[in-house]
Amino acid sequence: MSTSTETIEQLANREYKYGFVTDVDADTIPKGLNEDVVRLISEKKGEPAWLLEWRLKAYRLWLTMKEPNWQNVKYDPINYQDIVYYSAPKKKKVLNSLDEMDPEVRATFDKLGIPLEEQKLFAGVAVDAVFDSVSVATTFRAKLAEKGIIFMSFSEAVREHPELVKKYLGSVVPYSDNFFAALNSAVFSDGSFVYIPKGVRCPMELSTYFRINAKDTGQFERTLIVADEGAYVSYLEGCTAPMRDEHQLHAAVVELVAHDDATIKYSTIQNWYPGDKDGKGGIYNFVTKRGLCAGRSSKITWTQVETGSSITWKYPGCILQGDNSIGEFYSVATTNNWQQADTGTKMIHIGKNTRSTIVSKGISAGHGQNTYRGLVRIGKNAKNARNYSQCDSMLIGDKCGAHTFPYLEIKNTSARVEHEASTSKIGEDQIFYCRQRGISTEDAVNMIVSGFCKEVFRELPMEFAVEAQKLLSVSLEGSVG
Amino acid sequence: MLQIKNLQVKAEDKQILTGVDLHVKAGQVHAIMGPNGSGKSTLARVIAGHPEYVVTGGEVLYEGRDLLEMDPDERAREGVFMAFQYPVEIAGVNNAYFLKAAVNAKRKHLGQPELDAMEFMELIKEKSKLLEINQAMLQRAVNEGFSGGEKKRNEIFQMALLEPKLAVLDETDSGLDIDALKTVAAGVNTMRGPDRAIIVVTHYQRLLDYIVPDHVHVLSAGRIVKSGGKELALELEQKGYSWIETGAQPVGA
Ligand SMILES: Nc1ncnc2c1ncn2[C@@H]1O[C@H](COP(=O)(O)OP(=O)(O)OP(=O)(O)O)[C@@H](O)[C@H]1O
Ligand SMILES: [Mg+2]
Repeated sequence: MSTSTETIEQLANREYKYGFVTDVDADTIPKGLNEDVVRLISEKKGEPAWLLEWRLKAYRLWLTMKEPNWQNVKYDPINYQDIVYYSAPKKKKVLNSLDEMDPEVRATFDKLGIPLEEQKLFAGVAVDAVFDSVSVATTFRAKLAEKGIIFMSFSEAVREHPELVKKYLGSVVPYSDNFFAALNSAVFSDGSFVYIPKGVRCPMELSTYFRINAKDTGQFERTLIVADEGAYVSYLEGCTAPMRDEHQLHAAVVELVAHDDATIKYSTIQNWYPGDKDGKGGIYNFVTKRGLCAGRSSKITWTQVETGSSITWKYPGCILQGDNSIGEFYSVATTNNWQQADTGTKMIHIGKNTRSTIVSKGISAGHGQNTYRGLVRIGKNAKNARNYSQCDSMLIGDKCGAHTFPYLEIKNTSARVEHEASTSKIGEDQIFYCRQRGISTEDAVNMIVSGFCKEVFRELPMEFAVEAQKLLSVSLEGSVG
Repeated sequence: MLQIKNLQVKAEDKQILTGVDLHVKAGQVHAIMGPNGSGKSTLARVIAGHPEYVVTGGEVLYEGRDLLEMDPDERAREGVFMAFQYPVEIAGVNNAYFLKAAVNAKRKHLGQPELDAMEFMELIKEKSKLLEINQAMLQRAVNEGFSGGEKKRNEIFQMALLEPKLAVLDETDSGLDIDALKTVAAGVNTMRGPDRAIIVVTHYQRLLDYIVPDHVHVLSAGRIVKSGGKELALELEQKGYSWIETGAQPVGA
C-alpha cells in the first residue's frame, strides 16, 4: 500500500485566498483587558448604563472563571492581556449612505465577493457587514422595515430598540454560561440584531459577513435573533480573516429565540484563516451558539459548514422548551493540515413531543483532528421526545483522526433515541474509479466529499450551497496528491 | 493500438505478471481467459493505471506512446476504458452527475465544447435505451445499492457514453442473468468498429458466443501461455486449463 498512501498523503500548500490585509485608518485601543477597557468599549458605543453594568458583571465573573480544558484540542495558553479588544475603521461622522463608507473597507468586501450595493447583491439576500469590531453596513434595511422586520447592527439596536435588546440579551446564553461567553459579554463590540414580528415571513435571506482585519485583535461579536409567533427567518453568517503568523481569538455568542410556531434557520459558513500548512497562525474559533425554542411547535435549524480556523470549538444547541418544538443540527467540519475541530451540538428536550435531528459529517485530512461531541438530554417531563443522530467521519490519509463522543441523558422512559455512526476512509479505489473515467484526482476527491456531505448541503440556501461546496474543495486542496 | 512487451508487474512484493506479451490492433476483439488468480484483472488494472501496481519490467505502448508514463485520468481521456470486475460505489454522488463529469472531462481534453445538462440528457436517452438503463438508476448514487447485474450494465453504459478507443472489460459477464448477458453483449457489439479495440476478460465461453472474439489468449501464472482463435475458448470449456499447463510448453518455460 506504500504507493497508495503516498498518493493520498501528499499534503501540498493550500492557498487561502482571503488572506489579504486592508490598510485602514483604525480607531484601536491598546492591548489588554481590565474594567477600564470594558468601560471604554461601552463608552465608545454610547451605551446605556444598564448595559455597562451587565458587561461589568460579566467581566467580574469572568475573572473568577477558568478556561475550559476538557475539549479534545491542544493549543498554547492564550494571553488575554496581549489582545486588542476594540478596533474600528475610523469614520468622521455617522454614515448616512454607503457612499460615505471608507473606500478601503468597501473594497475589502468587494474583494471578498460581498458587494454592499443593494442592486449588486444576490437577489434576495440582505447583508450586515462587520469589519473588526463594528458593523459597517446593513443593506435592504428600508425594505425590511416595511414589514416591521428589524435587521441592524447590535450597537444600533441598543440605541433604537433598547427594550427588545434588554429583554432578550443573555436570555439564552447568560453571561455566566461559560468562560468564553463571559468574556464575550464583557467586551463584545458589535454583531447583528434581528427581530421578525408576529406572523411575518422574512422575504429574503439575512446574512452577516464577519471580517477580522486588524492585527492582534480579537473579534467578539454577538448575534441575537428573535422570531415572534408564527414568524420565519433564514439567516446566514460567513467569515474570513487575513493570514497572520499569530493566532487570533474569535469568541462570539449567538442567541436565537423562537416563539410559538416560529422557525429560525441559522446557517454558518465558517472560513476563518486556518493557519498555514505547518500549523502556524490561524483563528481560534471559540463560539457559544444556542437557540431557544420557547414556543409551541417552534423550530430551530442550525446548519454549519466549518472549513476554516486553526481550532474550532462550538456546539450550536437547541433548548426544546415548547411542546412539539423541533431542533435540528446539520454540520460539516473539515480539518486539514494541523487544524483541530471539536464541535457538535446539544439538544435539550424539555417540552412534550419534542424532536431533534443531528447529522454530523466530519472530514479529516493531513494531520487534522476532528471530534464530534454531542449531548442529547431528555428531561423528565419531555414525554414522547425523539432524537435521531447520525455521525459520519471520513478520513483522507492516515495521519489524521476522527473521534466521536455522544452523550445521552434520558430521564423519561417514553423517549426514543437513535444513534448511528460510521467512519470511512476515502478509498483509493473510489478515486481510481473516477480517474479511470477521466475525472482528475482533485475533482474526484471533491465529488466524493460532496457526496458524503450531501445531507448537510441540501439544508443550505441555494446560493450558499454552491459556495460551501467550493469552499470545501479549497479547504481540502492538496490533501490528495 | 496496444502493444504489451514482456510486461512484469508486482504488488506488495508479490510478482503477479511475469512477462506478458500481447498485441491488439484496432478493430479487433481479444478474449483473455485463465484460472482464478492468474493475473487477468491485474493486467486490466495495469493498463488502466491503478497505482497499487509496480511495473518491474517490459513496456506498454498505446498508439505508439508509452502508456505507463500517463496518469490514469489522462489514459481515460485519451480513450482507454476499463469496465471493473467490481464496480465501486460512491455514496451521495448522483450517477448522472458523475457520468456528465466524465464525459465532459474527456470532451474538454479533446478540445470539444462541454455538454450542458440538456445536451447530456439527450445523449443519455439514446444510450440508455440500448442497455436498458432506467431513469431511477441514473438518479441514484454511483453504483450504490445497484444489483450485481445493474452494476455491470452501468459499466457498459459508461463505455457507450465515453466511446473509448481501447476497452478492457473485466468479467463483465459474471453475475449477469441470461437476458442481461444478451443486453450487455449487444451493447458491446454495437461498439465494435474498425477504430476500436476491445479486450474481454472472461471465464465463460458463453459470452464469446455473443461477442465473438478474433483472438483468444490463456493467461496462467502471470503470462500468456496459449493463444488461438475463437475455437480455443470452446476447447477450454471442455477440457479446462490443466491440459495447457501440462501438455503445451509455455513459451520460455
Ligand atoms: N493489489 C494487490 N496486492 C497484492 N496482491 C494482489 C493485488 N492484486 C492482485 N493480487 C494478487 O495477484 C494475483 C492475481 O490477481 P488477479 O486479480 O489479477 O487475478 P484474476 O486472474 O483476475 O483472478 P479472478 O479470475 O479470480 O478474477 C492474486 O493472487 C491476487 O491475490
Ligand atoms: Mg479478476
